[in-house]
Amino acid sequence: MTEQARQDPAVPPSADGDVLRVEHISKKYGAVTALVDVNMHLQRGEVLGLIGDNGAGKSTLLKILCGFQPPTSGRIILEGKEVTIKSVDQARSLGIDAVYQDLALVNQLTVYHNMFLNREPVRWPILRNKVMRKLAKEHLDDMGVSIPSVDAQVAKLSGGQRQAIAVARSVYSEAKILLLDEPLAAMGVKEGAIILDLVNRLKTQGNVSIIIIAHNYGQVLEVCDRVNLLQGGRITLDKLSRETSAQELTDLVVAEYRKALEERHRAAAS
Amino acid sequence: MNGVGAPPSERKGIAQVSGTVQQAPEAVGGPPGQPSRGVTRALRDVGALLVRQREATVFVVDVLLIIYFGFISSVGRHAFFTHINLITVTQLAAPIIIIALGEVMLLICGEIDLSVGFTYQLTPFIMYFLIADYHFPGLLAILIALLAGVVIGWFNGFLTVTLGLPSFIATLGTAFVLNGIVLTTSHAEQQSIPPQVQGIGHWIGQFGWAEITWAIILTAIFHILLTRTRWGLHTVATGGNQLGAREAGVGVGRIKYGNFMLTGFLGGFTGLMIAFQITIIDPTSGGFTPMFYAVAAAVIGGTAMLGGSGTIIGAFFGGILIAVLFNGFSVIGISANPLPILLGGAILIAMIANVQLTRLRERGRA
Repeated sequence: MTEQARQDPAVPPSADGDVLRVEHISKKYGAVTALVDVNMHLQRGEVLGLIGDNGAGKSTLLKILCGFQPPTSGRIILEGKEVTIKSVDQARSLGIDAVYQDLALVNQLTVYHNMFLNREPVRWPILRNKVMRKLAKEHLDDMGVSIPSVDAQVAKLSGGQRQAIAVARSVYSEAKILLLDEPLAAMGVKEGAIILDLVNRLKTQGNVSIIIIAHNYGQVLEVCDRVNLLQGGRITLDKLSRETSAQELTDLVVAEYRKALEERHRAAAS
Repeated sequence: MNGVGAPPSERKGIAQVSGTVQQAPEAVGGPPGQPSRGVTRALRDVGALLVRQREATVFVVDVLLIIYFGFISSVGRHAFFTHINLITVTQLAAPIIIIALGEVMLLICGEIDLSVGFTYQLTPFIMYFLIADYHFPGLLAILIALLAGVVIGWFNGFLTVTLGLPSFIATLGTAFVLNGIVLTTSHAEQQSIPPQVQGIGHWIGQFGWAEITWAIILTAIFHILLTRTRWGLHTVATGGNQLGAREAGVGVGRIKYGNFMLTGFLGGFTGLMIAFQITIIDPTSGGFTPMFYAVAAAVIGGTAMLGGSGTIIGAFFGGILIAVLFNGFSVIGISANPLPILLGGAILIAMIANVQLTRLRERGRA
C-alpha cells in the first residue's frame, strides 16, 4: 500500500490540450473492487498505452469509457466538459469509439459495405455502391491500409487487415478518441505491423487521440507517446514511453505478483 | 470526409450479398499460353461460376430436370410441355416461391417463421368473414386480410425480438394458435369465394398465369430489396454478426420485426392467391407443408440456416425445382411415392454444398 501511495500519480494538472480526463473513477462489482480512484488524461493527438496484466482493470476502464457500464464514482471530462456516458451509442456520438479487434465487422459483407455499415449513402431507395466503393478505397489508401480489393468479403481478409478496416471505419466516422482493445492480441508480427503502422500514421495526422489497451508491452511502447500501468485497479505508473522500458514495466508487474504471492503465503502461514 | 455527395453517374454496382462473389477469374488459375488448355480453362471457369453462384447451379439443375421430364413424357403422352401442364407447374411453384422470399429474408437475419402457412390459411377466411358477415367492400376486405398477415408477422417479431423467444418455438406456437382460430371460426367448413371479390380474384389467382407472374414480380422486388437497399444490407449484417451490427447502430430488432412482417404479408397474400385459384376457401389448405417446401426451396437455392447469407433468386429456382420434381413424376406416370426421397436428397445435397463450400472458402482465405 505504501508503495502504491508513492507511485500513485496525483490528478494531473488540467491542461487545455487534454481531450479526455478521467478523475477519481472507481468501479465496484458488489464486493469486488475493479478500479480504485483512477486518474488518467489523454492529450489531443496523443497515443496512450494503457497496460496491465489480466484482471488489472483495463477492460473495466474501457467499458466505462465506451459507455458499456457506468463508474461507481468519479468524473469523466471530455474536452473540458463533464459528461455522463450512458450508452455505447452516446459514447460514439460524443466521438469515443472502441474497436474490439475485428469483432464489429460483418464477415459476409464486402469491405466497402462494412466501412459504411449504417451510414450507407442511398439514392432512395437504392444503395450507392459505386460511391461507397470509391470513398472506401480512397479512405483506406489515405490511411495506408492495403487490402486486395474493397470488393472482397471481409471473411477473406487476414486478422490484421480486418482490424485495420475496423480502425479505419472508426476514424472515418469522425471519432475523436479511439479505444483499441488488445489490438495486437492473437496477431503475428506482420499482422501486428499493419496495425502499428496505422496507429503511427494516425498519430502523424493528429486528428484522433488513441488509447491502446494491451498486455504486450514491447510493441505497444513503440507507438505510444505515454504509458499508464494499471495494477490491481490502480494506475501505478504514468510515464512517457521514452522514459520507461518494457523491462521496467515487466519488473513492476512481476514485483506485484511476487508481493501478492508472499502475502498469500504469509496469510496461509498465520 | 463526408459520406455522401458524388457524381450522379453511377449505375450498375453488383451488390454482393451472401457468399456470391463476382470476381471469378482470379481464383481460377492455371498457366496461360497453351491453346489446348483454353477449352478446359473455359470449362473450369464455368465450373467455378457454378460453384460460386448457387443460383446458377440450381438454375442448371432446373433446366436439366425440365428437359428430362419433357423428353421422357414426349416419348409417351406428350404431357409435360402442354399449356395446361405448364400452368400446373407454375401454380405449384408460385406459393412455394412467394413464401420462400420471406423465409430467405428471415433465415438471413437468423430467424425462421414456421407459422406462415397458417397465416396463409387464415387470411382468406378473414376476407370471407368481413364480406359475408360484416358487409365490407371486397377490396377493403382483401386489404384488411393482408394487413392481418402483417400483424401476425408483427406478433411473431414481438415474441422473438421483444420477449426473446427463439423464433423456431415462438412461430411454432403461433402456428398452432392460428390453426385453432381458423378451425374454430370456420367450424372446419369450406366456403366459396364471395361474388364481390371474384373480379379482382381473377387477377390475384384465378387466371392461370397469375400465380407465376406474382411470384416473378415479388421475386424481383425482394431481390432488389436484399441486394440493393439498406434494408437488405442490414438484414445480412444482422444475421452475419448481430453484435457487430448493433455496435454499428443497425436496428437489429427493427430488421427482424420487419422481416417477420414481410413474411406475414407474403403468407397472407399466398393464402388469398390460392383461395382464388381453387375458388374455395379451405380450412385445410396451407399449414406446415408449404412452409417447409418454402424453407427447402430457400436452402436448395443456397440460403444458409446460420444466417448472414442467402439469395432470393436461388430460392426462386429452388421453388421451381421442387414444383418440377413433383409435377414431372406425375406426368411421366411414375408413382410419386419415392418423391420425398428425392426432395430430401436435394435438401441434403444443397446443405452439404453450403457447409463444405463455406469450409473451402475459409480454408482458401489468404
